[in-house]
Amino acid sequence: MLLIRCPWCGEREETEFRYGGQAHVAYPADPESLSDQDWAEYLFFRDNPKGLFAERWVHADGCRRWFNTVRHTGTSEFEGTR
Amino acid sequence: MNQRHLPEHPDFLWANPEPKRRYDVVIVGGGGHGLATAYYLARYHGISNVAVLERGWLAGGNMARNTTIIRSNYLWDESAAIYEHALKLWETLEDDLDYDVLFSQRGVLNLAHTLQDVRDSVRRVNANKLNGVDGEWLTPEEVAKICPILNTSPDTRYPVLGGTWQPRAGIAKHDHVAWAFARQADAYGIDLIQHCEVTGFLRDGDRVVGVDTNRGPIRAGRVGLAAAGHSSVLADTVGIRLPLQSHPLQALVSELLEPIHPTVVMSNHVHVYVSQAHKGELVMGAGIDTYNSYGQRGSVHVIEDQMAAALELFPIFAGAHLIRTWGGIVDVTPDASPIIGLTPLENLFVNCGWGTGGFKATPGVGWVFAHTIATGEPHPLNEPFSLTRFTSGALIDEHGAAAVAH
Repeated sequence: MLLIRCPWCGEREETEFRYGGQAHVAYPADPESLSDQDWAEYLFFRDNPKGLFAERWVHADGCRRWFNTVRHTGTSEFEGTR
Repeated sequence: MNQRHLPEHPDFLWANPEPKRRYDVVIVGGGGHGLATAYYLARYHGISNVAVLERGWLAGGNMARNTTIIRSNYLWDESAAIYEHALKLWETLEDDLDYDVLFSQRGVLNLAHTLQDVRDSVRRVNANKLNGVDGEWLTPEEVAKICPILNTSPDTRYPVLGGTWQPRAGIAKHDHVAWAFARQADAYGIDLIQHCEVTGFLRDGDRVVGVDTNRGPIRAGRVGLAAAGHSSVLADTVGIRLPLQSHPLQALVSELLEPIHPTVVMSNHVHVYVSQAHKGELVMGAGIDTYNSYGQRGSVHVIEDQMAAALELFPIFAGAHLIRTWGGIVDVTPDASPIIGLTPLENLFVNCGWGTGGFKATPGVGWVFAHTIATGEPHPLNEPFSLTRFTSGALIDEHGAAAVAH
């Protein structure tokens, strides 16, 4: 069970959260100019590193707010929350 | 004090050769898929100057961690074709490999608990029949007849409204499957090299000409990736991005029990898949942990949820004890279908994205991946499973039949 630090509520058990995958994936600024390859990248391709990973969580059973963390995908240690 | 003598060690099933400097084909990953690919390269394509490189020990990754379920009752034509091809290979595998893999066609029940489940299940059975895959829709009474220990009463939170039944499905002993392929590959002169970690690829422009390993560079005419959960990490080293996310997937076993469970039961809705191994353990699989991870372990609440659901369906399990849980790393694609085929680099081929369900496909994968590597072109069976489908949009969306339970 991961212990996850919500920036507003503090450290809580993983079961209070839902996962949101990779952080900082912006909606395309100019969608109409995107090629098929660009769309594929946006829709289906995400980073999958063995190491530090910036990701999103939502404190679904708590304050219901989204936040970003950096976690190591090998050890699951959190480096920071914001 | 009596001197105790250990029994004679049985014959080793394969040698442990030193890697040569060059091979016609190098397979990265010595799991079920890699071993089967090597075997079929030699058996059907006359290519035996092959090395299988494994960073740990043979078949110690997901091949050692799955729940051994074999079935082919997938919805879409492309999936039915490749999984049914695999199932047909399973049916003659023990003769082909001259080894007992305890393949047992005890059937698979996929339960339906909601009206939508029922509609989807009936549709899937009809699709299966059109594709020559055996299957039928069963009423709750018929389900109870096949698996009497199932609670089919209407008084549960999610009553069993029926189920699909594939009689030719079943289980096999995963370790024996790996050993059987390894033994035959070794007999063809293929080098199975353990504790040899691939750290990168040798390139000549847009052509891959070998691999870098912790035991030095090894040149290769062609390279096939069969690295499951670590596929992204390897592909990253040559700048290829794969649409994969790696997650822990956990499973568990009970102590050895008398035979009580005659078949394989799967329920996507309450999330259970359980069979009883030949030795007597109840074998259950949980769902993936939601977060990305390469640690071969998961969170305990996932196991707890899994056991709660199993107990609802099988009240008799209340007397069983949990003996062991473990995790493997599964590489999941957006459409819950695998990727088998060419890459943007010449002479580099990829087999990945099997997510939670690669074991059942083991012989089928080996067969089509060997064809792809040997000829440089995908076989018609794996052509739809190309990496380019994520750009063309021709996805093979098996979430309904594949995403949850395997």
